[in-house]
Amino acid sequence: MITFLRRRALTSVIPLAVVVLGVFCLARLTGNPASLYLPLNATDRMRQEFAERNGFDQPVLSQMFDYLGGVLRLDFGESLRTGQAAGGMALDAFPATLQLAGFTMLIAVLGSAVVGSWAALKPNGLADRVCSTMSMVAASVPDFWLAIVGVWIFAVTLGWLPTSGVTGHGIWILPIATLAVRPFGVLVQVVRGAMVSALSSPYVKLARSKGADDYRIVTRHALRNAAAPALTVAGDLTVGLVNGAVVVETIFGWPGIGKLMIDSILQRDFAVLQAAVLLTAVAIFVLNILIDVCYALLDARVRQTVKT
Amino acid sequence: MSPMAHDRQGAPPTGGDPAAEPIPGQTRVRADEAAPAPPQATGRAAARTSMWRLLLRDRVATVAAGVLVLIASTAVVGPWLVGDLATEQNLDAVNTAPFHSENGWAYILGSDSLGRSMLARLVVATRTTISVAVPAVLISLFIGSVWGMWAGYHRRWRETLSMRIADIILSFPSLLLAVVVLYVFSPSAANIVAILAIARLPIYLRTARAESAELQSRLFVDAARTFGTRSGAVIRRHVLPTVLPTLLTVATADFCFVMLSESSLSFLGIGIQPPDISWGLMTAQGRQYLQTSWWMSIFPGLAIVITTVSASVLAAWFRIATDPAQRWRLSLPRRKRSVRKAGQEVRR
Repeated sequence: MITFLRRRALTSVIPLAVVVLGVFCLARLTGNPASLYLPLNATDRMRQEFAERNGFDQPVLSQMFDYLGGVLRLDFGESLRTGQAAGGMALDAFPATLQLAGFTMLIAVLGSAVVGSWAALKPNGLADRVCSTMSMVAASVPDFWLAIVGVWIFAVTLGWLPTSGVTGHGIWILPIATLAVRPFGVLVQVVRGAMVSALSSPYVKLARSKGADDYRIVTRHALRNAAAPALTVAGDLTVGLVNGAVVVETIFGWPGIGKLMIDSILQRDFAVLQAAVLLTAVAIFVLNILIDVCYALLDARVRQTVKT
Repeated sequence: MSPMAHDRQGAPPTGGDPAAEPIPGQTRVRADEAAPAPPQATGRAAARTSMWRLLLRDRVATVAAGVLVLIASTAVVGPWLVGDLATEQNLDAVNTAPFHSENGWAYILGSDSLGRSMLARLVVATRTTISVAVPAVLISLFIGSVWGMWAGYHRRWRETLSMRIADIILSFPSLLLAVVVLYVFSPSAANIVAILAIARLPIYLRTARAESAELQSRLFVDAARTFGTRSGAVIRRHVLPTVLPTLLTVATADFCFVMLSESSLSFLGIGIQPPDISWGLMTAQGRQYLQTSWWMSIFPGLAIVITTVSASVLAAWFRIATDPAQRWRLSLPRRKRSVRKAGQEVRR
């Protein structure tokens, strides 16, 4: 297991390194970094002082080592807006996004397991066709539009839910519902496909001939084997959830890392943007390893190769 | 990487089943429809007519194709037909509600806070939206498939290197890439096209690589090589025609994803910039008037949904129609189809 983990960690550390170096190169590619960090109306004197203070007048290689050292110490400089440490701001915003993403995936996975299995019980039946159509629509609706329709119907017209804010349980409903729709739609299709093939396999026939009912067959036999492909896709969807989180957090004023990124773009606060992007990359790196571990624990065939 | 991974956001696996099931009680095979193509037709022309027949037989797919054709033609001739109407401000007709005809046909979908016709603005935005999504898809399709076929045909280090690059791009959310790049460079249409093309490149790279790696060990490719055909010609003449249907299916499904990405970027304010308008930007602009004039953000979003759903439907149909092992399903009447399938798949 340790060898397996180490090998996986080594292969996924490469994308991480590419991202870290890529951000550095992009920032230097435009020429003067001062024009990137400072507001558009900064004076020449301000630019010069800024370059001296941050070592931008040094050779590029030594700048790169300074930058890498800073990344290792989570030191990204300070925010132009607030003067706080950029790394700290990103870390503070992180739990809000994590909660949002966690609940969303929990709901999407549980919901799609139920709906997907139900659709797979009678392939091409009415339930199956309704589920297939609905899940395809769900996978192709833009999340920002869904959020706006949600606000329009439930907050503006009916007045049931708050549009944004930080108090009460009501604020959770719309963001999570909006974020969960697309993963749910994709996962229903995956679970359904995997369950159809699992339900037609010999071990399910055996269980059925021994008199097991549908509920027992699905939960005890088929779902365990259908879980592996669903898990892979769920992992990919969680990575893709970052995309949705940026949009949904902006609309609902959720104080997470997506909103922090957009705010720092709109106010040209490069240090904070950089910290937020790199922190997200690290989170994705950890997530990928966790998925691999789950995959290994779930699938006996992979487990065997891990042991040897 | 797992076998499932290439499917990620772009093409959700549908379990090899038409995700777009036609409406029940339709499609009865008529004798004239099932008549064979005229004998003098060449093989390729006959294949084309049979594809048309298959498309017309699936009503949902026909509608989807019709919608896409309509949108494409709107993007081409629409702005020319509309003229200045999209920018013309009419302060007498500010925030008019949709579906009332007293202000003329131009205000049938309402107007915005400056009295500009929503219909005309939607038509102009169609061109912007399509002119970002289509080039992005075509560029990534072209580069990704050529690169992928090359890597899969030659195997070894070229294959490994290409797959690692694809992994790196895929392991990072595309919006983050776009956010950083659009911060450093200005958010222009060309930059958005470039970013989206790079972000979606791995999808085609992986598909083309897998198919071509499998093909290069086949007998007909071996035969071509034995006759001294150069690898470029083998890829063009023997590998490409076999891989192309799959790649086109992936591209149709991916069109959705690219359009959604562009809309999200424009919505967030780092995509298409005013005074240009795209559907995503219109949704964002209408958002602050949601309390009073819902149509300003609901209609542009609806346009996005209609386009993406049509593309998904067509991609699902295309996946079946180009698969010789599954094509028969489309040529059967609906009722028979379910019986046959039930016999294959259902327990017992």
